[in-house]
Amino acid sequence: MAYVAVKGGERAIDNAHAWLAETRRGDQAVAEIATDQISEQLGRAVDRVMSEGGLYDRDLAALAIKQAQGDLIEAAFLLRAYRTTLPRFGYSTPVDTGAMHIHRRVSAVFKDLPGGQILGPTYDYTHRLLDFALAAGAAPPAAPQAESGIAAMPRVSDLLDDEGLIEGDGADEGEPGDLTREPLAFPANRALRLQALARGDEGFLLAMGYSTQRGWGGTHPFVGEIRMGEVAVEITPPELGFAIDIGDITLTECQMVNQFAGSKTKPPQFTRGYGLAFGHSERKAMAMALVDRSLRAEELGEEATAPAQNVEFVLYHSDNIEGTGFVEHLKLPHYVDFQSELETIRRMRADAGRAEEMA
Amino acid sequence: MTPASDDPNAERKAWMRVLARASAGDMRALLADCPALPPHIRLRGPEVGLVMARGRIGGGGGAFNLGEIAVTRCTVRSEAGQVGHATIARRDDEAAELAARIDAALQDPARHDAMAARVITPLAAAQEKRRQDAARRAAATQVQFFTMATMRS
Repeated sequence: MAYVAVKGGERAIDNAHAWLAETRRGDQAVAEIATDQISEQLGRAVDRVMSEGGLYDRDLAALAIKQAQGDLIEAAFLLRAYRTTLPRFGYSTPVDTGAMHIHRRVSAVFKDLPGGQILGPTYDYTHRLLDFALAAGAAPPAAPQAESGIAAMPRVSDLLDDEGLIEGDGADEGEPGDLTREPLAFPANRALRLQALARGDEGFLLAMGYSTQRGWGGTHPFVGEIRMGEVAVEITPPELGFAIDIGDITLTECQMVNQFAGSKTKPPQFTRGYGLAFGHSERKAMAMALVDRSLRAEELGEEATAPAQNVEFVLYHSDNIEGTGFVEHLKLPHYVDFQSELETIRRMRADAGRAEEMA
Repeated sequence: MTPASDDPNAERKAWMRVLARASAGDMRALLADCPALPPHIRLRGPEVGLVMARGRIGGGGGAFNLGEIAVTRCTVRSEAGQVGHATIARRDDEAAELAARIDAALQDPARHDAMAARVITPLAAAQEKRRQDAARRAAATQVQFFTMATMRS
């Protein structure tokens, strides 16, 4: 019986996938989209897929987006699957975001911070009016360039450190756990939580962060700093024995500064939440920083009552690949399970009927 | 980031940093003006794999695993005897192998100066120009607060 069903399904599946391929291509009178067009012109989608796929590779992310017809969770899934085919060469030296080649850097707490407010290529202050000139296709004018470039910029958190009014970056927790090697386990320290959040679903983190702003575990956040730009990556190949620079990746970092009334052991001071994401992913980095801070409730002696303060709830549900796998598996054949449920219901009804007759 | 001057590997690290960012096409074009690279054998790769990129909690605290980067690595030995290595943060077998061969050639005293002058120097200049262009674009988006100054006058 089972084999008959599989064989019957096989042709249907092949034909379904053939139709999918045709649908993916769309009207063949329209030019086919190339993956370099996706990576150049749909860069934010590429950034999001790299982030949630947990793999930095613009070309692969672009291919995944094309293959998934722009379904970004499906595309992230494709990247996750692909990465399992590759060997792991090692870990990088932790990147130095303080040495970032800045494209954008803003602070909502200090107007006149050293280095200044650099808006960069932002959607902030646009009017969110549809631009029909884009539909017509027009080359944009060259972006203006200043006489001289910006200098290196200190992180805002380093500027505030002096008076002890803001907590530091935190102590070294030793060798961090790695979710790609070992499944999530609790208690999860901050390093492990940040890894999970970094590849967590942007929409989920946005909703969780938003919930803290609306009163479910409020943390009174301010954006201490957002910075985006290129950061060099270093590794130490064993055959060389010294660190080498292997190239740049684009990162977005968010330092959230939060009010804190103090506890029995700590004086009142500003605490912090941290967000770091692949690519230009500002909403993601901000939401991550909000959630990183709310998940520190227990550590800071706050009453943990809201969903965004519940480490297990957040980390068990932040991964959209796992989420989509478990939700979408419901549509796959459950014929046998359902048959047995049917039998059970019939039996229960029959039993109930007999009991009535006997009464 | 700037290598300390007492680092014995400082010079090699500096050219490897440049090669890691160079396209295969640019390296090939510049090599056309140089004496041919010596024949080589591949000791490893070129092969694609993953490096887990790490960040620091709060930017400067303990390490955490951010996400993986697809990289290509290659190790070669040139006929002249030098072992060259490259790991580059992208999938590109040709670029990784060329970078490893150039790394080997740069360690060969007979080839070093020509390679440095004709390959590394122009590549470094182009990369620096790209960075400076971005830095000038960024500077053009720096907010110039003028309200306070206007009110005071």
